[in-house]
Amino acid sequence: MEFFKIRRDIPFMKNALAFNLVSLITFLVAVFFLFSRGLHLSVEFTGGTLMEVGYSQSADLQAIRSSVDALGFRDAQVQNFGTAQDVLIRMPVQKGSTSGAQSEKVLAALKALDPSATLRRTEFVGPQVGDELATDGLKALAFVVVGIMLYLAIRFEWKFAVAAIIANLHDVIIILGFFAYFQWEFSLPVLAAVLAVLGYSVNESVVIFDRIRENFRRFRRMDTREIIDNAITSTISRTIITHGCTQIMVLSMLLFGGATLHYFALALTIGILFGIYSSVFVAAAIAMWLGIQREDLIKAPVKKDNDPSDPNAGATV
Amino acid sequence: MNRYALWKYVILAVAILVGGLYALPNVFGEAPAVQVSVAKSSMTLDPGTVARVEEAIKAAGLSADAVSLDGNSIKARFANTDAQLKAKGAIQSALNPDASDPSFVVALNLLSRSPAWLSALHASPMYLGLDLRGGVHFMLQVDMQAALSKKAESLAGDLRSVFRDKTVRHGGISRSGQTVEIRFRDAAMLDAGKRLIQDQFPDLTTVETPEADGFKMVASIQPVAARLVQEQALKQNITTLHNRINELGVAEPVIQQQGQDRIVVQLPGVQDTAKAKDILGRTATLEIRMVDEGSDARAAEAGSGPVPFGSERFLERNGQPVVVKKQVILTGENLTDAQPGFDSQTQEAAVHLTLDAKGARIFRDVTRESVGKRMAILLFEKGKGEVVTAPVIRSEIGGGRVQISGRMTTMEAADTALLLRAGSLAAPMEIIEERTIGPSLGAENIAKGFNSVTWGFLAVTAFMCVYYLLFGMISSVSLGLNLLLLVAVLSMLQATLTLPGMAAMALVLGMAIDANVLINERVREELRGGASPQAAIHAGYDRAWATIIDSNVTTLIAGLALLAFGSGPVRGFAVVHCLGILTSMFSGVFFSRGVVNLWYGRQKKLKSVSIGTVWRPDGGGSGAAVANPNALEK
Repeated sequence: MEFFKIRRDIPFMKNALAFNLVSLITFLVAVFFLFSRGLHLSVEFTGGTLMEVGYSQSADLQAIRSSVDALGFRDAQVQNFGTAQDVLIRMPVQKGSTSGAQSEKVLAALKALDPSATLRRTEFVGPQVGDELATDGLKALAFVVVGIMLYLAIRFEWKFAVAAIIANLHDVIIILGFFAYFQWEFSLPVLAAVLAVLGYSVNESVVIFDRIRENFRRFRRMDTREIIDNAITSTISRTIITHGCTQIMVLSMLLFGGATLHYFALALTIGILFGIYSSVFVAAAIAMWLGIQREDLIKAPVKKDNDPSDPNAGATV
Repeated sequence: MNRYALWKYVILAVAILVGGLYALPNVFGEAPAVQVSVAKSSMTLDPGTVARVEEAIKAAGLSADAVSLDGNSIKARFANTDAQLKAKGAIQSALNPDASDPSFVVALNLLSRSPAWLSALHASPMYLGLDLRGGVHFMLQVDMQAALSKKAESLAGDLRSVFRDKTVRHGGISRSGQTVEIRFRDAAMLDAGKRLIQDQFPDLTTVETPEADGFKMVASIQPVAARLVQEQALKQNITTLHNRINELGVAEPVIQQQGQDRIVVQLPGVQDTAKAKDILGRTATLEIRMVDEGSDARAAEAGSGPVPFGSERFLERNGQPVVVKKQVILTGENLTDAQPGFDSQTQEAAVHLTLDAKGARIFRDVTRESVGKRMAILLFEKGKGEVVTAPVIRSEIGGGRVQISGRMTTMEAADTALLLRAGSLAAPMEIIEERTIGPSLGAENIAKGFNSVTWGFLAVTAFMCVYYLLFGMISSVSLGLNLLLLVAVLSMLQATLTLPGMAAMALVLGMAIDANVLINERVREELRGGASPQAAIHAGYDRAWATIIDSNVTTLIAGLALLAFGSGPVRGFAVVHCLGILTSMFSGVFFSRGVVNLWYGRQKKLKSVSIGTVWRPDGGGSGAAVANPNALEK
């Protein structure tokens, strides 16, 4: 079987400007929604109490809502979680009430309403923890960005590092944009998914950059644009198949992972789709505009010939 | 060219064998069990107790799969949770006839069902996190400011008594925040006071400022000493929590320090959060009272008369009744420290108590009047009092340093000191994070994670086999090995597996296949370019390797960041993610090449390889086709 029967190189770079404009627009839209709507942060970040209550029959959300309100907990959110029998109740941090008192009071009220109510899980996070998690998340993001840039700058060249990071950070912003627009819950696992996507999409750029470097060595007569077109064309089948396989896994999580993994898998799905786009169309184009040339990359292998650990040593044609 | 040296195959075989062995316990799974351990250090577990447990199980009409005594607990394994719960009740009532004063902790636990020879190899199933097995998680913040204020308060008291002893006149000593303020009328006394503090209180630094009617000296706790105070406060709180949790009957509680001022408590299997919180947050109080020495009280102790008016009857830890007066001399507030140690003269085991200045003064007055009499130190928890110790006063005790000795083993001294300290937590704690997961939810989460991994894995391998034929099958086997190794490493490390961890497992399998796709595509490309099959395999693996390394390093950077900065669920994700990337390099490249070499490597005149369609733009023809015919330059 072969899905990709491509006769000649696809002129990706001819349309680079258009692709980048599309990226820029999506990026700006995502930023707009991030600022106008903001992220719907989970209890982990904002602090507060979360309760998952199971019922034997479909739960009456209206009744639950009014009984929680009657207890005097303001701004409580009541919604179904996964199935109609499961209810998720979110309450912001209440002044002067400890965590335990809060969830127990609510449960007692719900039991009075419907004796089949059972507490499946509770989560209480104090406000100080939430702040820390947010800063830790930003630190982790910074660590990933700096680490990947350093690695790419050493392994390739700074222009590639900059191009890869711009392309993939724009993926991250777009994922966040989706979460802001749809007001999906942004929780710790979603943050983990976002960072994992960042590392994963950089993969994509790396594979293409690797090919660009190899092409610079092999095809002396091609110009940079042709080299990039050829690199993308010859890796496109691998790009699609790999992402397809990863997406199969993510899809399986989306189908079988239940409500807990739902947003995690969703973040990965968006990340994978935009990862392909940005690596193929954006990263290489930025690298081209930053002015990568044969000399940038060919100098490096001369040094590397002495490096016994370099698996590429001697692979030049 | 496509041959592996023998040692490489040996490495592969060893890896598969060890991986298989350590992943195996997960197949057997875990069985519900009841675990019995001692609640008091005076009790021990012996074969007699095992017999009692076995009897209790039999009497309840149940049968245990196995009852074993290992180390300091007896574990009885059951076929299902129903039998487990019934057995727990039966064992509980057989071993602890008096429920209010249990001698044994009877707890529910999970026990590996794997055969003995596997357990002997220390191979055990993956350690399931709370979200998979159910339980409660608390994060407590210790109020260090309060601990320091308390320390300053006691230092202020000490300063007062030292100044009085050395006749240094001062215009008042008071605590202000976490510092002590001392006022002096004249410079001479200021000097004397300063010298005294330098000599006797190395933990304090002083700053003097002249005031309208004299001098003010501010003594603050030095940073090193302050850190020590905080460390001790944390340690003491952890010890106290340990003691209290024993009471809950939790098989494997986790009580850990996190950061400078936090304690994480995880209680797997506990469902009654209200009770758990009650016990964790309980404040025990300590009281010192006099023992009633009257003849009526003696009779009451022996059980032959009523307890006299104004007195109460309590039990000592060994079960001996003691009648003590209701009047409280001192409370735990005045006790600043209790440490086990030895009598400096007799070398007997002893407990050293340190009282604050107010306590010391009261204590001196009381002991002066009651030489030869007994005093009792009582610990109240849940409104239930217990006499920790009731020593005889031998002489007047001043200075706030009290020693309790006589008829004590070192172990008992340590226990008593611990109990006395437990009388008050060193610093108040607050629950800042709490998570409860019901047991049914845990089981559901396991099923969800398991299904995600299984279906995803099957779909990916099915696709690979169809698209790349034999090479796809080899890739699938490598992916399977990757999963096996990952599970084995997680089991060996006993790293906590959570639901995000299972998600990471699925994700990492999806990413790991990338290495094989890269290789297979590359081999196809080489074949398309006209290379001979053997050369194509060789070049495919060699060229793909650099790319695989690069892409895995970037993924690993992201994983490490999550590991470094993540907490809770994110860390569970990161551990599996990072380990999975490492095992994927081994299985995806090293192992799959080994299989390919074994299959094709020995065939000298290899005509074709089974890797699916190798499509050529010119519609076939061997050797001449090149992906980009107009640009190749040799």
